[in-house]
Amino acid sequence: MKPTKIKDPNYFHKVVDCQWACPAHTNVPEYIRLIAQGRFSDAYMVNRDSNVFPGILGRVCDRPCEPACRRGRVEEKPVAICRLKRVAADHRQDITDRLPKAPATKNGKRVACIGAGPASLTVANDLMPLGYSVTVFEKYDKPGGLMRTNIPSFRLPEQTLDEEMGYILEMGVDIRYNSPVESMKGLLDQGFDAVFVGTGAPRGKDLDIPGRQEAAANIHIGIDWLESIAFGHIDKIGEKVLIIGVGNTAMDCCRSSRRLGGKDIKVMARRPRQFFKASPWELEDAEEEQVEIIINHAPKRFVLENGKLVGMEFERLEWDAAAKKSTLIDTVILPCDDVILAIGQDNAFPWIERDLGIEFDKWDMPKVDEKTYECSRPGIFFGGDAAWGPKNIIWAVAHGHGAAISIHNHCQGVPVTERPEDGMNLLTTKMGISEWAYSNDYSSSKREKMKHVDLVERFKDLKTEVEIGFTAEQTAREVQRCLNCDVQTVFTAKRCIECDACIDICPVQCLTITRDGEEEDVRKRLSAPSINLTQDLYASDPLPQTSRLMFKDEDVCVHCGLCAERCPTAAWDMQKFDLLIQLAGSEACTKQFA
Amino acid sequence: MPSIVKPTAAHPSLVRNKLGLTIRDYEGSMSTLCAGCGHDSITAAIIRAFHESSTPPEMIAKMSGIGCSSKTPTYFVNGAHGFNSAHGRMPAIATGAIAANRSLTFIGVSGDGDSLSIGLGHLAHAIRRNPKMLYVIENNGVYGLTKGQFSASADIGSKPKKGDPNRMQPIDPMLLALTLGATFVARSFSGDKEQLVPILKAGLAHNGLAIVDVISPCVTFNDHEGSTKSYISSRKNITRVTEMDFVPPEQEIIAQISPQGKTAVTMHDGSVVYFTSLPEGYDPSNRLAAYSYLSEQQGKGEIPTGLFYVSTDQPELHELNATPDEALVNVPYSKLSPGAAALDKLMEGFR
Repeated sequence: MKPTKIKDPNYFHKVVDCQWACPAHTNVPEYIRLIAQGRFSDAYMVNRDSNVFPGILGRVCDRPCEPACRRGRVEEKPVAICRLKRVAADHRQDITDRLPKAPATKNGKRVACIGAGPASLTVANDLMPLGYSVTVFEKYDKPGGLMRTNIPSFRLPEQTLDEEMGYILEMGVDIRYNSPVESMKGLLDQGFDAVFVGTGAPRGKDLDIPGRQEAAANIHIGIDWLESIAFGHIDKIGEKVLIIGVGNTAMDCCRSSRRLGGKDIKVMARRPRQFFKASPWELEDAEEEQVEIIINHAPKRFVLENGKLVGMEFERLEWDAAAKKSTLIDTVILPCDDVILAIGQDNAFPWIERDLGIEFDKWDMPKVDEKTYECSRPGIFFGGDAAWGPKNIIWAVAHGHGAAISIHNHCQGVPVTERPEDGMNLLTTKMGISEWAYSNDYSSSKREKMKHVDLVERFKDLKTEVEIGFTAEQTAREVQRCLNCDVQTVFTAKRCIECDACIDICPVQCLTITRDGEEEDVRKRLSAPSINLTQDLYASDPLPQTSRLMFKDEDVCVHCGLCAERCPTAAWDMQKFDLLIQLAGSEACTKQFA
Repeated sequence: MPSIVKPTAAHPSLVRNKLGLTIRDYEGSMSTLCAGCGHDSITAAIIRAFHESSTPPEMIAKMSGIGCSSKTPTYFVNGAHGFNSAHGRMPAIATGAIAANRSLTFIGVSGDGDSLSIGLGHLAHAIRRNPKMLYVIENNGVYGLTKGQFSASADIGSKPKKGDPNRMQPIDPMLLALTLGATFVARSFSGDKEQLVPILKAGLAHNGLAIVDVISPCVTFNDHEGSTKSYISSRKNITRVTEMDFVPPEQEIIAQISPQGKTAVTMHDGSVVYFTSLPEGYDPSNRLAAYSYLSEQQGKGEIPTGLFYVSTDQPELHELNATPDEALVNVPYSKLSPGAAALDKLMEGFR
């Protein structure tokens, strides 16, 4: 194997599984350490730098970081990263003076953002401090997009939304409420230097089966229905409710139904549980509220009596192991008063004229470049759900950051493809003999469980936030579960005397000294079986005494630093890795333009 | 010493032995030896040997004397019995313990100072008595615990960190053991677990005293240029004399199929050691040949390693003394010490 190129920021970045998995690359271990020190405001700012909405995401993020968390490979459950983010947000002090500010003198460039959701607001957040004049067009009278309309307030309180939207808007964003953009051409005629489309995926999928038209009064499209609740247009539902679909929107629908008078609520899934789209924790929360989840039922028709919806007929299916092929068992009719359809969302761009040079693909989606976010017409960028269909908030934020870089380039006359590369800092944490600048002691405590408001209490008011947040004790325990994966094991081959001390002490047997070979072959010769091929093998230069190589399987390293503590020659060192993420206008970008 | 105890986190695919125990169950307290000490590596090899041999931890007795080496039993198998004896007296105390309770698995850990200087006489007599014990000499050529004076195993010409090179003859524990009639004589290197672990396992299975001399560099006082027991010098001068596989009794049936070119030695518990002699014609069952080969190599400054000599037909301590099969600790006291009347009766027989 070739010696691992540890100078490439991607190598150590990948070791920080949570940060690597986060689309916005939030520096998770860093903010968890800050929380451990009680520096909540600092922890909040570390979050805000990359994910912009820590309070919101600390409640409703899809948490791609948690399945990736190394802790989950060492014991059963990952660190409650998302919950700790909320701790930082809940306990922060006034941080308004630390927020980015727009300069008094504008740079003369005007940028239009369509839709005031997370993607557009991230663009505004990144561009306002650089002197851009950003105008946001929003169809409703409040900002937030689907964060406000589709996420029920018992999961995400309005106050949290307003605060974090406010941080951006107060930089002087020109936000135009009640201003849906009905014509892209009309907008372009206003002479903006760049346009960002962050309109989301606003159209809920319909279910065209017999009875749909006749029973329309009691059949609701999930996202529209949630939106009506958010704006106070709907405040009740029938006692017997069927939710069709089993994604996260379905979970919000069933839990909202529970609060609007639904007593017997069933979520109907076509396929077995392991194929559900909803996050496991959202399923758990719904089931805690006594929502029944029924598998292997495919909708067949709506059943009406006297012109009114009384039930729904389903085909009962039996699936093969991969849930690809099904056989019909029989059909059943389940009685209901209302049906909510939560089977997916589509993008819709009826307002973009097709003769503007914006190309659409065969699914009638705009062709958007995955790196630059630019469509086929220069100067127009897409992000969030509007770009490639429904994802989630953290992706929208990541798109916003990326699009802001493109817009900045575009407005400064730099090709959008010329993108600054991420940098890194690597700094030893050694403070003395067996003394480190991080807490390397392993805590064996289990994942803390989020406490919820009592069932009776929470159903009294639609707006009662269900999750209470971690107590101080819970926080203190949970932060210690983080393995500090950003404190990297860095090896200097020329110092090694091959005494085996590091190999002997490693609690998870991740080190091996063996002869060189192809990776596949080396992986067979490791101290412990190489069971996770997605994790890299760190290969050293040849060792001075025997020319063998030191290999480290990054998979389950707990970053305890014992290899470095037992190394007589400091060939191993624990060094803190800091990813320097490039955002629009950050230093490296500026240098390029100079 | 390390700032923390070893994390309880373990590799998810940790192997369980016949007792259902993982290697972590054979660990001890955190080592307080210098970082990089060869002894710690031997400790790791001992842990592996016990785990792979599926020895019940509570049936292990760890015996030691004084010195860096003799501290190490603390660092393996926390669940075992242990006795940290006076300097150099480990062989005597161990012989007594083995006499009293033959049901335990004994390991003695000693050093070149403990066994070849102050305790040389005790070692010699332990070899004569041949108690069933794995006897590990962690050999670094210096007194590490008293700041690095030369020990009795220091080679002529080896340079200390400060001062003049050694001029006294070294005592080679292997030649000594062969001379005194030892039944299991092996040497290895702390940096070669591939060789060391099977030797330790074979030593545990051996029905008698298994002496294993392990070259174990002292990273603080004897790892410099000019030292003959540094990591680099050991690596340069080591030659493997035998390659061996240790096959436990339950796998023996499968192994018998292909022992081509190998000499098989069956241990008393049914396990088998397969040798491949690397020098042409080397015979691990010939004591005299082993002696002459080793002394010849030593003269050339080479450090031969491997299992040099093994004999399974010499009586061990209990056979020599015709003690009962049952451990003496389990024999009822009235039978073990039948009292004055029985003694008188016995004496009567001699009149």
